Amino acid sequence: MASRLMALWDWFDARMPSVGEEFRKHMSEYYAPKNFNFWYFFGALSILVLVIQIVSGIFLTMNYKPDAALAFGSVEYIMRDVPGGWLIRYIHSTGASAFFVVVYLHMFRGLLYGSYKAPRELIWIFGVLIYLTLMGEAFMGYLLPWGQMSYWGAQVIVNLFSTIPLIGPDLAIWIRGDYVVGDATLNRFFALHVVALPLVLLGLVAAHILALHDVGSNNPDGVEIKKVKGPDGHPLDGIPFHPYYTVKDLAGAVLFMAVFCVILFFVPEMGGYFLEYNNFIPADPLKTPAHIAPVWYFTPYYSVLRAVPPLFNSQFPGVLAMGIATLILFFLPWLDRGTVKSIRYRGGLYKSALAIFVFTFLMLGYLGTEPVTVWGQAGAWLGNADRATVAARIFTVLYFAFFFLMPWYTARDKTRPVPERVTM
Amino acid sequence: MRFLPHSVPRPDMSDKKNIDNTRRNLIVATAAASGAAGVGVAIPFAWSWWPSERAKAAGAPVEADISGLAPGELQVVEWRGKPVWVMRRTKEMLEAVRKSDDRVSDPKSEVPLQPEYAKNEYRSIKPEILVLVGICSHLGCSPQSKPIDAKAEMGADWLGGFLCPCHGSKFDLAGRVYKGAPAPVNLDVPPYTYLSDSTILIGEDKKGA
Repeated sequence: MASRLMALWDWFDARMPSVGEEFRKHMSEYYAPKNFNFWYFFGALSILVLVIQIVSGIFLTMNYKPDAALAFGSVEYIMRDVPGGWLIRYIHSTGASAFFVVVYLHMFRGLLYGSYKAPRELIWIFGVLIYLTLMGEAFMGYLLPWGQMSYWGAQVIVNLFSTIPLIGPDLAIWIRGDYVVGDATLNRFFALHVVALPLVLLGLVAAHILALHDVGSNNPDGVEIKKVKGPDGHPLDGIPFHPYYTVKDLAGAVLFMAVFCVILFFVPEMGGYFLEYNNFIPADPLKTPAHIAPVWYFTPYYSVLRAVPPLFNSQFPGVLAMGIATLILFFLPWLDRGTVKSIRYRGGLYKSALAIFVFTFLMLGYLGTEPVTVWGQAGAWLGNADRATVAARIFTVLYFAFFFLMPWYTARDKTRPVPERVTM
Repeated sequence: MRFLPHSVPRPDMSDKKNIDNTRRNLIVATAAASGAAGVGVAIPFAWSWWPSERAKAAGAPVEADISGLAPGELQVVEWRGKPVWVMRRTKEMLEAVRKSDDRVSDPKSEVPLQPEYAKNEYRSIKPEILVLVGICSHLGCSPQSKPIDAKAEMGADWLGGFLCPCHGSKFDLAGRVYKGAPAPVNLDVPPYTYLSDSTILIGEDKKGA
């Protein structure tokens, strides 16, 4: 039997050798550093979640109706009447949050080990583009159930564009296709969510991986393994991606799927963080829910938006701050003037800055899920301002300080010598 | 270049003098023309995103019957898919509007968010009847009515008005925004006119009325 299969493969390979060539290039002869640790699971897991989202999404479209009059009912129909429909819908909604969990951890890995530094700037830029596309994908997908949170979340986000001076109001009408979020908006968001953005996402993922495989992977020591090669021309500290890392990533995938299934079957709403309770009420254009907040993965930026007070009768400064907070990621490779990549050999300045940044990001995220009154009001010395707003302003300044002061503190940092070879 | 099979001879790029720049100019010109054509092709697609004729037709004016509106009561009318509030204000509420003058950021309604005939102390044609688009000037949520007796929630000095649930902007009983709120400007007053004492038409006004 095996020899028959091998003969079949030989027949195929003689006619289309590029399949074998690409497999060797990207899998069995792609040499990755041997010292990958826990943090290196999340790239492969992102691809796993992407596949989960595409498959579950395809099956959701088979029963979903992108029509303002029918959308909410069709989602409830999927949940109650379609055999296994509840499972497919919960896979897709849990997958959305899982996507951001793994992507945030993947990005944090980049910060830890300086994976964005030369010669990997393009990999990082493609990665940030993937992140931004993913945000658009998540936002448009969230409108589709046509619940109260869908509706008012979209209303707020589209109105962000209307604050842009001069062209803003017309731009918002153009995006919505109506004077308010309506049927036209739902229909085009469906098209973008289901066809356009997934195509963009797949293209960007391909570019991300090709760029990575051209320069080679970074590692927890931040040393270039290609500098020390053995007599066979392969890096001494490298091992073939397949089978070594396919097996490692498979183990990670099993663990990840275990956690994923626990959430999926026992807490798919995650206490209102993955699926907000107000979204189980049909969209009502005349009534905003008492407390609206975006889904957890947007809340750090939402906090920044809320923290910036209006200037010159315009909310645009807040929108601009939120935009810069995301776009500044593109410049990270050039803001970092450090001579070493990995946190293992960085000095106290970068280590403290990163720790403060992580705390800041988490606090902004937390504050974004709560109403501004959550911590009550400060005394008269702060003009009776809401304590949470004051805190969000401080954290917003810290968020930007991490980036804007980076050229200074990374250049001044007392780094330790980087070894020639990776350590285990 | 590694995509080329090895049998194809490659031009020698090491000697810049050998490059025929007129051929390069042709490539640049062709690329620019294709790019322009690409933008041209995108126009009809981008054009299709403007509101359709049907959506524009749905923006017609609506009538509201206010004969049954009790003092202090708020009625919500849908116009262009947005909530429009019609409220019959009491003497006490009008008094509260005057008292809010020093708490709001634009007491004289200098920012043109109302027709000329509503640019006055109470931002309305008849002082007691308030007509407002119930959409927060911040990011488009719909604020909620917080009457004067909501002091427990809004603070002891609350004079009645509206609170936006999304980002906490406060407005007085004329839709004027409180100082320090995230919302930059007052609430919109739509164009409207009285068809009779008990009926108003929202979305259209008699010119010069």
